[in-house]
Amino acid sequence: MKIEISRGKVHNEFSQKVEEISGQNLFACYQCGNCTAGCPVSFAMDLGPHQVIRYSLLGLEKEVLECNTFWMCASCLQCTSRCPKGLDIARIMEAIRLVILRKKERLDHLEVAELSEEFLERVPQIALISGFRKFTS
Amino acid sequence: MNRFGVFVCHCGLNIAGTVDVKAVSREIGEIEDVSHSEDYIYMCSDPGQLLIRNAVREKGLDGVVVACCSPTMHEVTFRKAVESEGLNPYVCEIANIREQCSWVHQGDKERATAKAREIIRSVLEKLRGNEVLETLAMPLTKRALVIGGGIAGITASIDLADSGYEVILVERQPSIGGRLDQLSLTFPHLDDARCILGPKKAEIANNPNIRVMPYCEVEEVKGFIGNFDVRIRRKPTYVDWDKCTACGVCLEKCPVESLSDFERGLTTRKAIYTGALSENSGKPVIDPIHCRHLVDGTCTICQEVCPEGAIRYDQGEELLEERVGAIVVATGYDLFPMEKIGEYGYGRIPDVIDGLAFERMLSPSGPTGGEIRRPSDGRIPQEVVFIQCVASRDPERYMPYCSRVCCMYTAKQAKLLKQKIPNSQPYIFFMDVRTDSKGYEEFLQGAIEEEELIYLRGRVARVFREGDRVRVWGEDTLTNRKVELDADMVVLATAVVPSEGIKDIAARLRATVDKHGFLTEAHIKLYPVESPTKGIFLAGCGQGPKDITDTVAQASATASKIQSLFSQDALLQDPLVAFVDPEICSGCGICVQVCPYEAREMDEYRGISKVHEALCQGCGACIAACPNNACELRNSKAVQVFGMMETFAEGAEGSLADG
Repeated sequence: MKIEISRGKVHNEFSQKVEEISGQNLFACYQCGNCTAGCPVSFAMDLGPHQVIRYSLLGLEKEVLECNTFWMCASCLQCTSRCPKGLDIARIMEAIRLVILRKKERLDHLEVAELSEEFLERVPQIALISGFRKFTS
Repeated sequence: MNRFGVFVCHCGLNIAGTVDVKAVSREIGEIEDVSHSEDYIYMCSDPGQLLIRNAVREKGLDGVVVACCSPTMHEVTFRKAVESEGLNPYVCEIANIREQCSWVHQGDKERATAKAREIIRSVLEKLRGNEVLETLAMPLTKRALVIGGGIAGITASIDLADSGYEVILVERQPSIGGRLDQLSLTFPHLDDARCILGPKKAEIANNPNIRVMPYCEVEEVKGFIGNFDVRIRRKPTYVDWDKCTACGVCLEKCPVESLSDFERGLTTRKAIYTGALSENSGKPVIDPIHCRHLVDGTCTICQEVCPEGAIRYDQGEELLEERVGAIVVATGYDLFPMEKIGEYGYGRIPDVIDGLAFERMLSPSGPTGGEIRRPSDGRIPQEVVFIQCVASRDPERYMPYCSRVCCMYTAKQAKLLKQKIPNSQPYIFFMDVRTDSKGYEEFLQGAIEEEELIYLRGRVARVFREGDRVRVWGEDTLTNRKVELDADMVVLATAVVPSEGIKDIAARLRATVDKHGFLTEAHIKLYPVESPTKGIFLAGCGQGPKDITDTVAQASATASKIQSLFSQDALLQDPLVAFVDPEICSGCGICVQVCPYEAREMDEYRGISKVHEALCQGCGACIAACPNNACELRNSKAVQVFGMMETFAEGAEGSLADG
C-alpha cells in the first residue's frame, strides 16, 4: 500500500499529541524491535509496538487507531525496561489509548447490565475496570 | 658434508591437520646431510625461533630449511633468527608446505604428507647450491615526494618536514587544499573545514623543508626505493607567478565564463581563475580551453588590466627532474558522476544535486553565501530528500563497496538544513546507517532526535520532475509501504570513486590498483599504508573511501614509515639479484630491453651486459629472456632450480605416484 509523505503528514498533530501525552520523542526510536521481541502479548497484536511507533511518527493515524496493539498492552513495562534508547514505550501505548478515549467516540465500552452473571463471575476485575475506563477517561 | 637443520612447523592445525608433521620430520632427519630435524607447533613464535637458534648454535648448522607458510610471511623472521646466531641469512630457506600443500590438499593426509616431504627435499637440494651472500648497502636520498595536496598530502608533508626531511608536494590544481576546501562544517564536531585546513596551509607555506609545486603533474618515475628519479611537468599557468600579486583585477575583468568545477557547477568561473574561490591569496591560471586569447587570439583584456604585466600567453610547460627516496600517493577521490544514473535524472534535473554541491551551498564562501537555494529558481527549499548509497553497495550496476562517509555527511547536511531553514523537513532514504567511528553514532542520534529527521529505510527507485518539484518514489521497508513524495530538492550521496587519472599515475609509479581503481596496499593488516611496490606509500581516499580522521591518521602513518626508512644511513637490500657470467654473455642486449626496472645496461667497453644491483629486484625476466643462459639469479641459479625439479620428479615417481 502506498503512502504519500509530506511536511504536513509526517510527525503531524496526532504524532505530536502522542509525544505530548507520553513525554517521549518518537524520533528517538531506531526501530530495533526489542520491545516487540520481548512483549509477552505481541503474538496477539496486529502491529508490534515498534511498528506502532513508526506509524505514529509517519503520521499514519488511521492505521494506528485501528490496530489492537495498545489495547492488548498490559503495561507490564518489559519494553520500557529494555528499550536501548530509554523510550518509555508503555507510556506511548497509554498515550495512544488516551488519544482515543479523549475523543469519546468509541461505542465499544461495557454495559455491565448486559453481561451474564456467569461471565461476571469468571472475568477478572481488572478487565472490568479497564472496560469502564475506555469510556470514562 | 653439510650440516643442515630442518624445522617443520605445525602452524597450529593449519599444517598439522593435513600433514603428518612428525613423520615428515623423522623421514627428513634420515637424509645424510641433515644433522638436525624437528617439529614444533608454531615455529614463528619466540620459543619456536629459540629452537632454531639453539640448534644452529649447538649443532653448528651451516644451512637451515624451515618448512612452514609462504616465504612472504616469515622468510625475514627466520633469516633474522639464524643471523642472530652468526649464520649467513641467505643459507636459510623456506619450504612452503602450507599455501602450496596443506591448504590445498585437505582431506588427503597421506599424499599431502608425501608432498610436504618432497617439497622439503627439493628445497634442501636448492640449499646445497646456495652461496653465502652479503646484504647490499645502497645510497639513500632522504627527500620525499608527496603526490596530492589534499588533507592527506598536506598532513604527510608537514609530518615529514617537521622531522627534518625535505618534501616536494605536487598538486595538479592551481592551489593545495583538495576536497576538504570544498566542505562546509565537518562531522562529528561541526568544525569548519577552513579552520582545519587554514592553519595547515599556513604551516605548509612557512615550512622551509616543503616545496609546494601547484599546477604540476608527475610525468615519469624511474628508479626504486631510496632513489626514484621523478620527472614533474609544470603546466603552463600563462601567468608569471613571481610578478603576480594576486590583486584579482584580471578575474574581475575577464569576459569569459564557464561552469566552475570547484563550485560543482552551481556557478561560473572566469577563464582566468584561482584554485579555490575562497582563497583570495591564490595566484591565478588561465584555462586554455575557454580563454579567448588562447583559443583564437581575440581578447587580451587580462594582459591589459594586469598592473604588474604578469600575463604570459606564450608560457610553455616546464619539465623538472627531482630525485627522491620515497613517494606518498595521496591522490584523493571524486564522486561518481550523476550523469550515469538514469533513475535519478542523469544529472539533468537541476534540483537534483550531489553531496559536494550541497556542501558548496552550505559553505559561507560558496556561490550562495551559505544559503540553501534551489539551483532551478533560487527558491528556499522546504522539503529536501537525501538519498544514501547512490551507486554504492550496488554490485550489479555500479560499485559494490560502501563509500563510508555518506551516512555521516548526510546526517550532518540534514541537520544543517534544519538549522538554516527551521520549518523545512529533511527525509533521508537509507539502507543501513553506518556510524563506525568515535562520536559518530551519538552525533547521528542527536541529529535525528533534535532536528526531527525522518529516516526512511529503502532505496529510491525513481526521481523525476513533476511540475516545479521533484517526485520521489521510494519504499519504507520498516512499514512495508511504498512512499511517494514531492521534494523541492534532492541530494544524492553518490559513491566515492578514485580521482581521475589514478590508473595512469599508478602505472607510472608501478603501483597496483584494484578493479575500481583504488590503490592496493601490500597487506590490508600488516602493511596497510604501503604499496606492494617498495618505497611507495598510500594515504587518503586514493587507497579507499575514508573520512578526514582516518585520512589524517593514515597520512601520518606514511610519514612515520618514511621517517624510519630515512633514519637509516644506507638502504639495505637483499642480494638476491641477477648477475652475468662474462664468459658466456654475447652482448645481444635482450636483457636490457626486457628489464622492467632499468637495472640492465650494456657495458660498451667490454661488449657485455651488466647489472645495476641497486635497481634489480630479482624478478627473473632477464634470466628467462637470455638466449645463452648467461644471466643467473643469485641463490636461484639454473643448476639449483633444475636440481629441485629433478628431486621432486624422483619423489613423484616414488611415493607421490602411489594411489
